Amino acid sequence: MSAQPLPVVPYLKIPEDGEPYLEGQKCGNCGATFLGERSVCSKCGARDQMSAVTLPNKGELYAYSIVHRSFPGIEVPYVSAVVDLEDGTAIKGNLIDVEPDPEKIPFGMPVEVVFDDALGRKDKDGNSYLSYFFKPAS
Amino acid sequence: MTDAYIVGVDMIKFGRFPDRTVPNIGAEAALLALDDCGLTIQDMQALYCGNLGQASGMVGQRLLQEIGQTGIPVVNVANACATGATAFREGWAAIKAGLYDLVLCVGVEQMGKGLLGGAGGGTGIPKEGLLGSGTMPAVFAEAGMEHTRKYGTTFEQFAKVSVKNHHHSTLNPKAMYQIETPLDVVMNAEMISYPNTKLMCSVNVDGSAAAVIASEKKAKELGLMDRAVKVRASVMSSDPWQERDLVMPDVNSCTRKAAREAYEMAGIGPDDIDLVELHDCFATAEILHYENLGLCGDGEAGQFIDSGASALGGKCPVNVSGGLLSKGHPLGATGIANIYEVSTHLRGEAGQRQVEGAKLGMTHVIGLGSACGIHILEKV
Repeated sequence: MSAQPLPVVPYLKIPEDGEPYLEGQKCGNCGATFLGERSVCSKCGARDQMSAVTLPNKGELYAYSIVHRSFPGIEVPYVSAVVDLEDGTAIKGNLIDVEPDPEKIPFGMPVEVVFDDALGRKDKDGNSYLSYFFKPAS
Repeated sequence: MTDAYIVGVDMIKFGRFPDRTVPNIGAEAALLALDDCGLTIQDMQALYCGNLGQASGMVGQRLLQEIGQTGIPVVNVANACATGATAFREGWAAIKAGLYDLVLCVGVEQMGKGLLGGAGGGTGIPKEGLLGSGTMPAVFAEAGMEHTRKYGTTFEQFAKVSVKNHHHSTLNPKAMYQIETPLDVVMNAEMISYPNTKLMCSVNVDGSAAAVIASEKKAKELGLMDRAVKVRASVMSSDPWQERDLVMPDVNSCTRKAAREAYEMAGIGPDDIDLVELHDCFATAEILHYENLGLCGDGEAGQFIDSGASALGGKCPVNVSGGLLSKGHPLGATGIANIYEVSTHLRGEAGQRQVEGAKLGMTHVIGLGSACGIHILEKV
């Protein structure tokens, strides 16, 4: 079992000294950004033009749904959100610290990316995970 | 290149058949479609069989083991919710190419109950409810909310789609349900993923549908032109790159691309279409597709449902079968069940729900991931 929490997805990076961050891949040919490792751009088809970029921690709420029924054992309600980060990269996750009420969740709301324990979920080896969440920007 | 004609087409009444096998359910529709044109399995030169749940299970061959092992080539197809349309299109393409004169296309599915989809998987921990939701109701809720963001479309407008399609299904004996669901019932049903309530989610059912496609020469030779339905366009697309499509599956771009190409292939426009069976897997989705298929302008879909344009008797009736919302959505069968519905109207055989004078109709399905299949059919 790892002494430190593991990243919930490969594009969440946890440096040994420093704050966690999200890492994207940017195409050197067309500028499209992606989450996760890849060597070919699915926008323009360029090969071996990808380079890692640190994704911004600020963005805005693009679209969402308030989920009231999920799979057994998943706590509801929660807000499933698509966020456009400041550099244009789209990312999906839970929007926290909001009331699950459409009247209280405006489109375009500024949000920030925060990192925290993955809701207490552990894998079969007992490892803890670090996840990312969105919350309204202060 | 020859024209291709649907000469036989039918579907079973959708329901739940946990005690039957997938090939057995598919075989029933296959026999119905053969009976519809008075042909037998011995007349068929190839089988295109669509099924998702047993994609590696040789469903087409097992179907022939139920109705006649004639040794014809069988192609098993899986393409998410576009599976049936894909199987049909493969048959169409073979006829157009002149490979065969008569082919059988079958779509079949046996479903469990409950939520489809789910975020992430593989190693580590479950991602559902941690990195948002990958359930289908949530994914299509988010797609609907994108429309709300752009155009102010309301929960009530989305709900009206479900009221309409449930009403339509009261006229369709082959639909899973024949139950009126007024607006307050739809809006007050259990909220699954806002803005989709339980009654705004398609019904998981078992079902099958089948079509016999013939070349023009063969259809004439067999004297089957009277009830033949011409395939004016058959188009598929995958999702072209969009800036958010890796986190927000895009059902719009692929539909727009396929619709554009289908209208071009048929040499017609949206105003020429008399009825549409489109992919209302969730009520939110139908609203998007009014615009994606060009039935109304961008931003006008809310008004389109409000005006009754898409109801039976309206300018362009949509999902008069009851749609996936009430007829039911057996994934692999849906694409051919839609073709059955439109063909039945074009033949003037749709009974109480008949769209009067229908000459041209369109079918549309989306398999998330994404695959879009569109067919334009014409009364001969």
